[in-house]
Amino acid sequence: MASQPAKAASTLAPGSAYPGPRFSEGARVHVDSREAIGHCRTPYYVRGKAGTVASLVGIFPNPEQLAYHRPGLPKLPLYRVRFMQAELWEDYAGAADDHLDVDIYESWLEAADA
Amino acid sequence: MHDGHHDDHDHAPITDGEGSVSRFEVLEQSIRELLIEKGILSAQAIADRIDVLDSRNPSLGAQVVARAWTDEAYKARLLADPRAAIGELGIDIGHLAEFGVLENTDQVHHVVVCTLCSCYPKMLLGVPPAWYKSSAYRGRTVREPRAVLGEFGVTLADDVAVRVYDSTADLRYLVLPRRPDATAGWDADQLAAIVTRDCMIGTALPQA
Repeated sequence: MASQPAKAASTLAPGSAYPGPRFSEGARVHVDSREAIGHCRTPYYVRGKAGTVASLVGIFPNPEQLAYHRPGLPKLPLYRVRFMQAELWEDYAGAADDHLDVDIYESWLEAADA
Repeated sequence: MHDGHHDDHDHAPITDGEGSVSRFEVLEQSIRELLIEKGILSAQAIADRIDVLDSRNPSLGAQVVARAWTDEAYKARLLADPRAAIGELGIDIGHLAEFGVLENTDQVHHVVVCTLCSCYPKMLLGVPPAWYKSSAYRGRTVREPRAVLGEFGVTLADDVAVRVYDSTADLRYLVLPRRPDATAGWDADQLAAIVTRDCMIGTALPQA
């Protein structure tokens, strides 16, 4: 893990202060493959895939709560996560360096083995 | 403009294809009518909001791009703080979303998609084209971007990486295309004229 471990957002009580982003730029991360009930902003095709944190985009209210008119607290770090296309799709037909960036909330990310 | 009886089918429904009204359209209409009935929103407020959206079009984005092409310091500010830099030109991007600017270089070409819905920088580009919201564009752009770009007439060398940006969350992304070499000496108005909507989505390259 690239930075100090912090408690996962999903285990924090609503309204408690978020301890700070867990991942630094360049950290390898793994997207959780859970099935979400209700609204969520994590596309299926990246679930279970490994990528690299390109940057911290910001701290935003949790959309999975906002969708149901709840306050979205604690706010979550949102990362720009980069995936190599060849790792997303086995038969990817393009250049070796082609990649894809997705903004993913920290509650969907875990540190990946290097 | 909105005088007279407001019929249920005042506007043709926007659908992915031919056919009847979808359940989501029925849902939207029901919720809208309930909100108005309960006095939470007024029809006027909705109409005003539609007017704001209708006032936005790709010439706003083109103005931002042309300024970035002609002013390196502005470009740096635009990349670092899009909201403030766009505001410098008198354009208010509102508070529904933050903006990100993706700079194309000789090494990377960006193309923007929203696979989950149709997130789009409306405050700079206006209402998105129908194809941007189609399941074909959304599904294929992340899967085979070079084939999709080819269908738009954009063919990139293999040493230019294609970076698809799946715009899924709190930011709306604008592509800052590369300025064509043949535009040396052009002023900002001349430059803005070649920056089309698709150039700022990443599905076209500016043509000088």
